[in-house]
Amino acid sequence: MLDLTTTAPKPKVIAGAKHDWELVIGMEIHAQVSSNAKLFSGASTQVGAEPNSNVAFVDAAMPGMLPVINEFCVEQAVRSGLGLKAQINLRSAFDRKNYFYPDLPQGYQISQLYHPIVGEGEVLVEMGPGVARKVRIERIHLEQDAGKSIHDMDPTMSFVDFNRTGVALMEIVSRPDIRGPEEAAAYVVKLRQILRYLGTCDGNMQNGNLRADVNVSVCRPGQYEKYQETQDFSHLGTRCELKNMNSMRFIQMAIDYEARRQIAILEDGGTITQETRLYDPDRNETRSMRSKEEAHDYRYFPCPDLLPLEIEQAWVDGIAASMPELPDAKKARFMGDFGLTDYDANVLTADLENAAFFEAVAQGRDGKQAANWVINELFGRLNKEGRAIGDSPLSAAQLGGVLDLIGSGEISGKMAKDLFEILWTEGGNPAEVAAARGMKQVTDTGAIEAALDALIAANPEQVEKAKVNAKLAGWFTGQVLKSTGGKANPAVVNALVAQKLGL
Amino acid sequence: MSANSWTIAAARDALRKGEISALDLTMSCLTAIDAADGLNAFVHKTPELALDQARAADVRLKAGEAPAMCGIPLGIKDLFCTKGVPSQAASNILKGFRPEYESTVTEKLFGAGAVMLGKLNMDEFAMGSSNESACYGNVTSPWRRGNDTAALTPGGSSGGSAAAVAADLCLAATGTDTGGSIRQPAAFTGITGIKPTYGRVSRWGIVAFASSLDQAGPMTKSVRDAAIFLTAMSGHDPKDSTSADLAVPDFEAALTGDIRGKKIGIPREYRLDGIPAEIDALWQKGIEMMRDAGAEIVDISLPHTKYALPAYYVIAPAEASSNLARYDGVRYGHRAKLAQGDGITEMYEKTRAEGFGPEVQRRIMVGTYVLSAGFYDAYYNRARKVRALIKRDFEQAFAAGIDAILTPATPSAAFGLGEMASADPVEMYLNDVFTVTVNLAGLPGISVPVGLDKQGLPLGLQLIGRPWEEGDLLNHAYVLEQAAGFVSKPRKWW
Amino acid sequence: MSIDIDTARKVAKLARIRVEEEALPALAQQLSGILGFMEQLNEVDVEGVEPMVSVTPMRLKRRADVVTDGNIQEQILKNAPDAREGFFAVPKVVE
Repeated sequence: MLDLTTTAPKPKVIAGAKHDWELVIGMEIHAQVSSNAKLFSGASTQVGAEPNSNVAFVDAAMPGMLPVINEFCVEQAVRSGLGLKAQINLRSAFDRKNYFYPDLPQGYQISQLYHPIVGEGEVLVEMGPGVARKVRIERIHLEQDAGKSIHDMDPTMSFVDFNRTGVALMEIVSRPDIRGPEEAAAYVVKLRQILRYLGTCDGNMQNGNLRADVNVSVCRPGQYEKYQETQDFSHLGTRCELKNMNSMRFIQMAIDYEARRQIAILEDGGTITQETRLYDPDRNETRSMRSKEEAHDYRYFPCPDLLPLEIEQAWVDGIAASMPELPDAKKARFMGDFGLTDYDANVLTADLENAAFFEAVAQGRDGKQAANWVINELFGRLNKEGRAIGDSPLSAAQLGGVLDLIGSGEISGKMAKDLFEILWTEGGNPAEVAAARGMKQVTDTGAIEAALDALIAANPEQVEKAKVNAKLAGWFTGQVLKSTGGKANPAVVNALVAQKLGL
Repeated sequence: MSANSWTIAAARDALRKGEISALDLTMSCLTAIDAADGLNAFVHKTPELALDQARAADVRLKAGEAPAMCGIPLGIKDLFCTKGVPSQAASNILKGFRPEYESTVTEKLFGAGAVMLGKLNMDEFAMGSSNESACYGNVTSPWRRGNDTAALTPGGSSGGSAAAVAADLCLAATGTDTGGSIRQPAAFTGITGIKPTYGRVSRWGIVAFASSLDQAGPMTKSVRDAAIFLTAMSGHDPKDSTSADLAVPDFEAALTGDIRGKKIGIPREYRLDGIPAEIDALWQKGIEMMRDAGAEIVDISLPHTKYALPAYYVIAPAEASSNLARYDGVRYGHRAKLAQGDGITEMYEKTRAEGFGPEVQRRIMVGTYVLSAGFYDAYYNRARKVRALIKRDFEQAFAAGIDAILTPATPSAAFGLGEMASADPVEMYLNDVFTVTVNLAGLPGISVPVGLDKQGLPLGLQLIGRPWEEGDLLNHAYVLEQAAGFVSKPRKWW
Repeated sequence: MSIDIDTARKVAKLARIRVEEEALPALAQQLSGILGFMEQLNEVDVEGVEPMVSVTPMRLKRRADVVTDGNIQEQILKNAPDAREGFFAVPKVVE
């Protein structure tokens, strides 16, 4: 496998009115665990159901109801931890986080503050060929999602739906290792990619199945390095938390706005108040969520309805043994085995289905050519029609068949594109379609020779010119291709022209 | 003797022999209940359900396939959720709440053919030792001091259960015990009450007070009844993560009456200053009875006993403050009438201020405080460590060969309703001094009536057993019961 | 540990229980009394003692990832003080 050694990117520097500033960013990603049933109940996690129908008595916190943990959600958290090269804690425990909110029926969220199931790990976030930020993961813990409050159905009332209540979430907490808005977005992209590879979260940000809280602070250049040396946060600035971001673009815009807001305050001699802020994309600004801040004291304590969660190393090993190939490894393999460029490898490994499609096409063929066809022709066409790879009209076998025809010289690149078009709209076996449509390059040198001989005889002055200036030999090639209706193999014609003209 | 005064064992045998029908047995209880409104023990009567269940029990009895509890009329503490029947933990905040589900315990009992006569009064959310905090009003004990007509407490929190059993309104009742709520009222009313090992009985469907301490158990007229009842309500429940996956032995079969060679521990730390001489004398009497039965009496030390009460009054309110957060007026129960402009916060604050009584509010606030930022380690975590030490004390005693521990059940006989009204909360908490250690350590404990004080009020002794050895514990209790020969009943005045 | 009126007010707020201003001194006094009683715990040497996590050590029960519950909207809403169109209704929440 190719060894991808990388160097760290330069942190983003923002020039203030007085001097330069750097950003320090840490993230908490809430990723909904892909599972059939909820974390502590047997109700479905399916979206789009009637309000309060995917709700068990325990989800509605009816008196006397008790939680029993869904083992698969635990497995998914472990799998995610392994995917982030993280420490798996064989003993973890659940705590209650107490606060009042209508969509939190128990009056507490069951979470894991003191003993999370997953400890330290890392994510490599690429910012360009050979440039990557290693973001340390502090922990992943399992917790319950809250329900949904709807505020716009009635002028004086809010409506509450508990369908989402109790669905399992993984909260993935990073260290403050992210150094700019682009890195922050790239981190989310990478994490999402890994979770999707693992099948532990579908990564659907629109539905809120993956959302981020972003902690932003600014500091003077040099301060961050002091923090890195000592892990002492006092070298860093006061942070603000931007809540519930679910778009890569907004994450970047919000961080940028927030950094500039903090810099303006600091350069004005002010201080930053640690608080939770909400990003408003319509106004491109963040504002304080004072309601959330007010008297926040979560009174965490171990949930007495649950015993500590003890898992066995052998069970973890079993999960580890069934891990799929992850994005970094796949990329390295694609570059090593198929000779892909860094860029192409990134594109082809961004999504598991894309990667699988490419691999099926490239297997036993020219990898670079396969990459070109998959990226330029196939993805181009899919994008144009707004289709996902899953409903591509062209299968990997069909595209492979087209490449085989090019490889054997039976069709030209130009013909291949035509064939691609036909297969896309009409389907069929590439070789049979090509044959039926008379798509065949002329490689018979006899026919080409005859045409060339006639051409040479008829154009003596062109022959003389070409002998002086070899570039003009291309004229003969062009004429032959024209006279054979584009079916002659250009390479064969070129060779013959050179030979006949004694070039 | 009318049938409502029978023991479960006697009724079971009579039902099986066809000497009485479940219907007639149930009717005799319903009649007694209707004549006992003055006790305020039954707060939701379910005569129609009872008669239906009794008829169904008679069918099973006739078919000859009736389990021991088949046709036995019971009272159910209001803390148990019973489907379609008001279940409000004696709190206004659950006013009108009728669960759409059946607690595991009542489901097991009904499955065994037991009959529910109605729901029993209790201290609000099981917080109290005198049954004076219920939204339904106080329960009055059927017992009185001699000819004095002053109303006495039946104890709490399972005060309705204790009064109903003692007054023969039912054959037995369910109770729950978080710090002594089965054993203390049992002792105050001259009946038997056992708190099983934590995890023996499912908590599913029982309104939670303090999850790591709560455990349901039977309140009965005899030790044998306790054994029969406990066998029926115990067992593993996949819906309760703290329920133990252990087989339930036939506890009745453990009642051999033979404790020769057993070692009975007498913990010196339970000799408290200021305890009435009568209690001490009763304890001595109990020790002699056990010795006479061939047991070896061993002086033991449980050094952290003194700290059980303060640890309990950190842990229980802390858990309660969180468990009771769900009573917010959103999904069930009481919601306060709101003023113009009131928002969600006002709804919470008014609902909870109106719905919870003073003692519940006090405990929620104590719990909130001890868990709040900066105090968690000083109070809650420290209390959990002390709890570990208390548990270790017992483990060491058992490891040294002790089979059961004998102590007083309560520091006094029943007191008068209202007598403690001016006392500060801590004084009231002292009622639990002999019982909370057992909850903290998760052990089984049983209260057995052993005698009367000079005013004619019952006094009980407590036996504490090894975890999961309820059978052995019941056998010790059985021996004590036989030796004490307690047969007193309250004189009917109601 | 003595609880002052401000602390009592804060605790009541956290617990979402309305306590009238004039009732706060009495509440503060009661809480102080109870917490004073708990001060005894400070006498215990808990050095090196692990807090108790479960009464009986056993393996935490697990459920399989199978949908076995739900689709009981009517029962879920049955006891609601205010339910509309399948939702629980509460006074408007301002974010």
